[in-house]
Amino acid sequence: MSLDLALLLAQDGIANGAIYVLVALGIVLVFLVTRIIFVPFGDLVAYGALTLAAIQAGERPGTIWLVLMLAALAFLVEAVSLLGRGAAHRLPRAALVWLALPALPALVAWALVGRALPDAAQWALTVALILPLGPLLYRIAFRPIADAPVLVLLIVSVVLHFAISGMALVFFGPEGARPRPLINAMFEIGDMVVSAQTLLMLACSALAAAGLWLFFERSLTGRALRATAVNRVGARLMGIRPGVSGGTAFMLASALAVLSGLLIGPVTTLSYDSGFVIGLKSFVGAIIGGLVSYPGAALGALFVGLLESFTAFYDSSFKEVVVFAILVPVLVLRSLVTAKPADDEEEEL
Amino acid sequence: MTALLDVVDLHVSYGRVEAVRGVSLTMEAGRIVTVIGPNGAGKTTLLAALMGLLPSRGSVFHDGADMARLEVEDRVERGICLVPEARELFGDMSVADNLLLGAYRFRRERGFRSKLDDVYARFPRLADRRRQTAGTLSGGERQMLALGRALMMRPRLLMLDEPSLGLAPLIVREIFRIIAGLRELGVSILLVEQNARAALESADYAYVLETGEIGMHGPAAVLLHDARVTATYLGGSV
Repeated sequence: MSLDLALLLAQDGIANGAIYVLVALGIVLVFLVTRIIFVPFGDLVAYGALTLAAIQAGERPGTIWLVLMLAALAFLVEAVSLLGRGAAHRLPRAALVWLALPALPALVAWALVGRALPDAAQWALTVALILPLGPLLYRIAFRPIADAPVLVLLIVSVVLHFAISGMALVFFGPEGARPRPLINAMFEIGDMVVSAQTLLMLACSALAAAGLWLFFERSLTGRALRATAVNRVGARLMGIRPGVSGGTAFMLASALAVLSGLLIGPVTTLSYDSGFVIGLKSFVGAIIGGLVSYPGAALGALFVGLLESFTAFYDSSFKEVVVFAILVPVLVLRSLVTAKPADDEEEEL
Repeated sequence: MTALLDVVDLHVSYGRVEAVRGVSLTMEAGRIVTVIGPNGAGKTTLLAALMGLLPSRGSVFHDGADMARLEVEDRVERGICLVPEARELFGDMSVADNLLLGAYRFRRERGFRSKLDDVYARFPRLADRRRQTAGTLSGGERQMLALGRALMMRPRLLMLDEPSLGLAPLIVREIFRIIAGLRELGVSILLVEQNARAALESADYAYVLETGEIGMHGPAAVLLHDARVTATYLGGSV
């Protein structure tokens, strides 16, 4: 293999990897705070891209109906749980948080789509539509079973994925869509041609990884989110509400998902079911990083991207096989390298 | 004057088993009140119910306000703080982070970290180990961290569940010295202990809990010399 070819493959791999970085970060984030492996994460990415494409085409995206439906359901779940506890006086606040707040962007989108909108407004609408999806799904499906074992949470997560991607088929149809790129520019670095979109993607991934690391290591709110994952009872005794922590984590995850949707959409054609594979490969990247560290997940995801592009060069039919097969040696290696914790009192996984 | 804590006819059940059966107790602000009793008498259950971790029947008033509908986090906001038997530390986070999280309810106030130096002065051992993770501490240090974290919460009512459990005698003495020091700060303490002698020596008032019911109660100094208490819980020697 010549150096030129290797460089080309590496560039392609990094561009792919940057996609996986954002998703892997989201998966680690959700897992660290709630112990949930959020399988539908990739679907949210696809929703992001498809929603933007629909808005650009002047059609009302099905996401509007999904948000409204989930908001109604979430409010119902919250109302039942409040009434069950005899806390009817909290109903107005619940209606504001779970019904009014998520419904607002949906109604705005319903009213605005079809008119001539500047690009920035279209992006903003997409973000505002995808953002509530994470917290709503969390409130409906996961918070009632927050104390369940990891396996149960995973099963619910898988079921949720099928439901959401099924609805995407109804909303967006079987055809893929590709929104316009955020920026149109090409740079020449040496012999390579790099698109501005790729650079933007890399910059966003690096910023997100660094930002999340800082947030969780340095800020009190970040520490509180981590504390919820480490010890739920301990966190509650400090006045940290696990439900709020979970909601915040899912909100951040939604933000990462819509960001990657906006960034990937213009580069790769996404259809209703392409989110799953993106999520799965990012999950492999997150696992390589140990599922606990943001920089680790970012590097792992980049590695997956590189691996994919180099295998595709030798035999594209093995692209997927190699990415998933790499899990086995990685897990064996990790179990050898990671020392067993001396004190397993806090380990409840 | 309303009592700081007023418990009236409290019942707590695990399924069909009733672990706490009609307990009533009251405590004034600034006092140390202890609940002693044998293993399995329902002491830990009582504290968990007061904190809202377990559902209960009966009434609990804090500063005259009914707490029936308050969740754990709401009770924390009122300044009620439990140091449970299991400590419930954040094992893979540093000592400093554990302490800072104690001040979580003051996160919106400026200078919520200010209490940190105070806690380090009170527990020099924690200051030495501030960068270490909580999971690597010894039993005594973990109890100190749990107490220090509770102090960061600036509690109005501090509930301690078996603070001396599983600790070496020397460390037990240190822990009780710290508890006595907290009283000087004006913290009201509800202390649950199996180590009856140490508890009675540091408390103002005491309740004896047996199979979920209050047996005797009275000033701690009186119970310390009561013949029945002496025979049952203090090993027969005064």
